[in-house]
Amino acid sequence: MSPAARSAGGRRGLHPGAWWLWAACLAGAASRTTNPILLLLIGAVAVYVVAARRTAAPWSRSIVLFLKLGVFVILLRVVLVMVFGNRVGGHVLFSLPQVPLPSWAAGVSIGGPVTAEAVIEAAVEGLRLAVVLICFGAANSLASPYRLLRCLPAVLYEAGVAITVSLAFAPELVMAIGDVREARRLRGRPTRGLAGLRGTAVPVLERALDRSLQLAASMDARGYGRRVAVGRGVRRWAGAAMAIGILALLAGIYGVLAAGSLPGGGIPFVAAGAVLLGAGLAASGRRTNRTRYRPDVWRSAEWLVSASGVVVVGSMVTAGILGVPGLQFSVYPLAAPTLPLLAAVGILVGLVPAWAAPVERPSGRVVAPTTPRVAATTAAAADRDAVTTLLVSARTEGTVA
Amino acid sequence: MIRFDEVTFTYDGAAVATLDRIDLSVGEGELCVVVGPTGSGKTTLLRAVNGLVPHFTGGRLSGEVLVDGRSTREYAPRELADVVGMVGQNPAASFVTDMVEDELAYTMENLGLAPDVMRRRVEDALDLLGLHDLRDRPLATLSGGQQQRVAIGAVLTASPRVLVLDEPTSALDPAAAEEVLASLTRLVHDLGLTVLLAEHRLERVLPFADSVVLVPGRGRPLVVGGAAEVMADSPVAPPIVDLGRLAGWSPLPLSVRDARRLSGPLRLRLEGRPPRPNPPADAAAPIEARLTRVTVDYDEVLALDAVDFAVRAGEVVAVMGRNGSGKSTLLGQLAGVRPPTSGSVDVAGADPSRLAPRALVARVGLVPQDAGILLYSESVAAECAAADRDTGLAPGTTAAVLERVLPGLPGDRHPRDLSEGQRLALALSVVLAPAPPLLLLDEPTRGLDYPGKARLVRLLAELAGEGHAVVMATHDVELVAQVATRAVVLAEGEIVADGPARDVVCHSPVFAPQVAKVLAPELWLTVDEVRGALEVEAVRG
Repeated sequence: MSPAARSAGGRRGLHPGAWWLWAACLAGAASRTTNPILLLLIGAVAVYVVAARRTAAPWSRSIVLFLKLGVFVILLRVVLVMVFGNRVGGHVLFSLPQVPLPSWAAGVSIGGPVTAEAVIEAAVEGLRLAVVLICFGAANSLASPYRLLRCLPAVLYEAGVAITVSLAFAPELVMAIGDVREARRLRGRPTRGLAGLRGTAVPVLERALDRSLQLAASMDARGYGRRVAVGRGVRRWAGAAMAIGILALLAGIYGVLAAGSLPGGGIPFVAAGAVLLGAGLAASGRRTNRTRYRPDVWRSAEWLVSASGVVVVGSMVTAGILGVPGLQFSVYPLAAPTLPLLAAVGILVGLVPAWAAPVERPSGRVVAPTTPRVAATTAAAADRDAVTTLLVSARTEGTVA
Repeated sequence: MIRFDEVTFTYDGAAVATLDRIDLSVGEGELCVVVGPTGSGKTTLLRAVNGLVPHFTGGRLSGEVLVDGRSTREYAPRELADVVGMVGQNPAASFVTDMVEDELAYTMENLGLAPDVMRRRVEDALDLLGLHDLRDRPLATLSGGQQQRVAIGAVLTASPRVLVLDEPTSALDPAAAEEVLASLTRLVHDLGLTVLLAEHRLERVLPFADSVVLVPGRGRPLVVGGAAEVMADSPVAPPIVDLGRLAGWSPLPLSVRDARRLSGPLRLRLEGRPPRPNPPADAAAPIEARLTRVTVDYDEVLALDAVDFAVRAGEVVAVMGRNGSGKSTLLGQLAGVRPPTSGSVDVAGADPSRLAPRALVARVGLVPQDAGILLYSESVAAECAAADRDTGLAPGTTAAVLERVLPGLPGDRHPRDLSEGQRLALALSVVLAPAPPLLLLDEPTRGLDYPGKARLVRLLAELAGEGHAVVMATHDVELVAQVATRAVVLAEGEIVADGPARDVVCHSPVFAPQVAKVLAPELWLTVDEVRGALEVEAVRG
């Protein structure tokens, strides 16, 4: 191993690609079943691994946000079905007052009897979406999206920077909105309502623009965008290969997710797309001569973690192909879901990273503050100083360490 | 190392050239400080060094800027990244990545250096700037001083020959500023780096300077020379130079150590005539605001911890303490920016966080650190009119206040085009118009030059005389020395010192102003006090 690679055991923990692959596999598995027991199992696996391997970094708390979002998705879905759902019949729980609609709106109904079947079906649909969200929340908590972007091939690097900058920008925008609202209050102006909104938008955008100009100047001064000349033919071929590759990849992914829509479950498409894309990226990557500082390395732990993810989705796909009963949950007739053993065992393999992934170790003395000065200053974004910034940053969860 | 040949630069649409036929040469291994009033073109001068002016800003540049033999005419800023390291006014705004180590490597990655070279240089930079403990920390969790050092480290790893810094210490508390300047001096001494830096707080940087460039502005020619030489008749000068001029010391001292060695005779003349202590606070004056056991808890950070604090009419209270010690939170509590986690806040009989905006501004006025955030109108006149409308005052009230704060500010100027000092004056007028009995200022002297500061000091003293209570959070010990009657020091959300400003600042090695350090153990605070004492002596003699 070269001295430039990350030290053994991974001071920075697992390669972010492995985490995202694992999470994507879990999400893929979740998207192929409507059995609530399996869905809850997948969600539990994701949350358990996060709990076992998350770090103290600010972004590792984002799983909580995703959990909240998941609950919201389920509730929203149930409420929408209660109000607009179709009335097929079943066990009526209660009735909402019905809004009479004109005859041309046949098929649409507002209100009316709410059946247990409709509610449960909606809740399960919502749960599936929620679990997919939680899987991505888990990836987000375990490896910051910035770190994933660092692994992008050189040619995608510029797009990567744009994404990085905009990701960093979102919390700042929230802060700026807070700043401006406080300032309006200090001027004796309304902070709420339409007038408040209008008065806030312009200064917030002005500040956003200022900040992006400063950043652009800084990036320019630090050598961003230095180029090496590459022939025009190469560039053109590389572009075509990448475009076709991406299309094939997308089609393939669609095939994997929607069973039976493409020959071979879409796998050949994925493979061909990946090869084309890779070749295109490699060719056009020659235009920049960027190097990478301490690239994340892919070792046995990474193989193990991604393999566990593949087992999860693989067992689900296999169960589907074998026609194992219970993968799809039906509310007509209403009955308790069964537990397809193959799929359930497969999902439990997804727990492997909770032990297989190396623990992220902060270097030496960071944990124990050596001087009071360090202790005081962990206070974080607080040091952007302004009264208002301080207050708002604390309010926007996750931006303060 | 850096050479400006007949450089003239005009921004697009500007009638007057910002830089007018500038000739300047900075040698290798020199630490050169650029001084001058706000708006004189210091930042433009700095940014011309690596070609951000005019490549990035637009505008017309004639003449030639050469850095290490490369002309900015032929090289874009990104092609100079390996020669010039540029650190802007706000380091946080320049960060491209999210972790300390990655930020340090960013420039090198762009330059395409080999991985093992990068690794070695990052380790060197971590050691050189004392960042070792922070290597794995997300940038957002760093304090101001730490961010400033990371920003310096991030350009240093590309091993540039020239480092350009725009106000590197303006946002820092005195200790953090020392830290950054010590790092810089080390780079100049050990690595032979050429450093060009602009700074308003001359008292902080002059002791380290080899040469000084005075940018007088308005098209007048630069004054370049050794630090002592230029300071001898510079319109902007730190207190130590003023003291030296008053006492007729030669050569002019630039550091406390030099001044102390020359100050024997002066101390003798002042003997037996201790500075008059400020009159004690009028105990009968009404209490304008009171915090009772106020605790403010931001998720994981305890910003204020059971703080008791009261301010009386006619007091000017300086709240000091390192970055992140809770100063701004204290002001925020007095202004009702958010309710306390526990404890109670009482401003003129009401809890400010529950007041409607209009009722709030009649009781308490807060000028935040970035005063510009209070301003949104298209022109100064429109801003004043809007302030009258918002607060239900008679038309013209704010304009009248502005005329008093800063006479002769043209009404048709856009607030964004004002200098830092003018913008502060306008924000202050807007806040003062409803005549709040309690005035709060957060870092009012950030970016302010000496004339601007002097004006602020006069105004605050007048306001206190009229019975306003003033509370200001500041790192600027010279401002505290000139105007504060009482000083409060915060550390980790607790008040660790509270008393007459003279006692609190003079007894602290960190917060003592220069004059106090030179004339210790007597508790002199400002040059004006010393001048007053000497004049009395002259009259008697």
